[in-house]
Amino acid sequence: MYEIVQKLGQYWQYPFVRYALIAGVLIALCSSLLGVILVLKRFSYIGDGLSHIAFGAMAVAAVMNLTNNMPLVLLVTILCAVLLLRGGQNAKIKGDAALAMISVGSLAIGYLIMNLFSTSANISGDVCSTLFGSTSILTLSAYDVWACVILSIIVVVAFIVLYHKIFAVTFDETFAKATGMKVEAYNLFLAVLTAVIIVLAMNLVGSLLISALVIFPAVSAMRVFRSFKAVMLCAAVISVICAVLGILTSILAGTPVGSTIVVVNIVMLIVFAVLGKVSEGARA
Amino acid sequence: MPQLTCENLTVGYDGKKVREDVSFAVERGDYLCIVGENGSGKTTLMKTILGLQSPISGKILMGEGLKPTEIGYLPQQTEVQKDFPASVREIVRSGCQSRCGLRPFYTRTEKQMAQEAMCKMRIDDLAGRCYRELSGGQQQRVLLARALCATQKMLLLDEPVSGLDPAATAEMYRLIEQLNREDGITILMISHDVGAAVKAASHVLHIGETTFFGTKAQYLHHIAQEGGDNTHV
Repeated sequence: MYEIVQKLGQYWQYPFVRYALIAGVLIALCSSLLGVILVLKRFSYIGDGLSHIAFGAMAVAAVMNLTNNMPLVLLVTILCAVLLLRGGQNAKIKGDAALAMISVGSLAIGYLIMNLFSTSANISGDVCSTLFGSTSILTLSAYDVWACVILSIIVVVAFIVLYHKIFAVTFDETFAKATGMKVEAYNLFLAVLTAVIIVLAMNLVGSLLISALVIFPAVSAMRVFRSFKAVMLCAAVISVICAVLGILTSILAGTPVGSTIVVVNIVMLIVFAVLGKVSEGARA
Repeated sequence: MPQLTCENLTVGYDGKKVREDVSFAVERGDYLCIVGENGSGKTTLMKTILGLQSPISGKILMGEGLKPTEIGYLPQQTEVQKDFPASVREIVRSGCQSRCGLRPFYTRTEKQMAQEAMCKMRIDDLAGRCYRELSGGQQQRVLLARALCATQKMLLLDEPVSGLDPAATAEMYRLIEQLNREDGITILMISHDVGAAVKAASHVLHIGETTFFGTKAQYLHHIAQEGGDNTHV
């Protein structure tokens, strides 16, 4: 135990470890807050679809040799998020089919473009690190971390200020609209937020595993807690703990960051599922 | 001027007409029961009155200072709500959102109002309970309490007793009648169960092949004349 603490202390000296932890905790916090809403609105899969779109955009940006690909990726992802979340019930093609097509399509096109035009010698390495986020979290610059901090503060403040409105719209969109709330504006806000968080989270776990950050903490919290506020708080706490444990484990054991965080989340879900069953039994 | 008037209203969605030329007027304190076969456009009509969709033609007029956002609504339950982790208190309070504007939190008055609505619906002892663990009747009462937070003037109820057992159904009808009689809230209710629903109503709107609007007495007379066709009264 002492050795582990000492080893962690040693790693703490390196700025990249500190950056990774700060960014990891913040991204985990934001994605879990958003995750509760997405899971409840039956939009769990949208995170997955959008992350693939972001992957496609990233491939295009890489081929165009942009030095800073963030703005392009963010713009494309936000546009798609707005289209997908807005389409909803009225779309000609059913939501899930549209999402699946766009998601797989952008994944395929992204990989194809990277293969055809890439200037890099190690294409599969590039693709792999974009998909699984392998080391990018450990290569963050101070600039990235600051961007992360500012965006996270905006997300958390927005959630606190709009909390009751988000609840009303998520629970019953029709009623909210009938009593004069601007439901479209909130949906638009959620779409933009989803896109921003997904692009941020790509750094942490890569584009294939983002859904895990969004969905697992929310589902775990719902196993045990029964009010909206408790679920929100619990999801945030679970997510942060999982991110910290995952990052530390991956540093100590040399495992890939993204998949380690996801595995910790899976373990947490199992623990909470058992806790939920136990508390249900106790109440019955 | 009546509280709500619909003049030659044609409703539908995506430009497709569901029901044409519906006219009726509701005075304050009326209890209007809307009946008709499945697919006759009852819910579409209600959504049009609420401003959730725009009418294809015709007019909806509101009088006596009633604003479109002051109509409380009890929608049919959605899939999303069935396993939603929320306490009864959280849901009832969310009915106050419409008067919050941009203010992020509820005032003491609004919390008080939610409390009163819960007492009226006799769910105040369930305030801390989780919505998804309640019975169907209790869930409907929670949603009715929420609608009361949004309005003191007019309630639109879309099949408030569907899926409830006989005891819960009777309780629901009793509560609705009480709101109408004692609080003077105007009620517009869609129902399948014509016989039971019409009992408490003051007016009836029947939409279908032919549209009928009138007082309950006129309606009963109208059906008797038609020889009790397929309206199952």
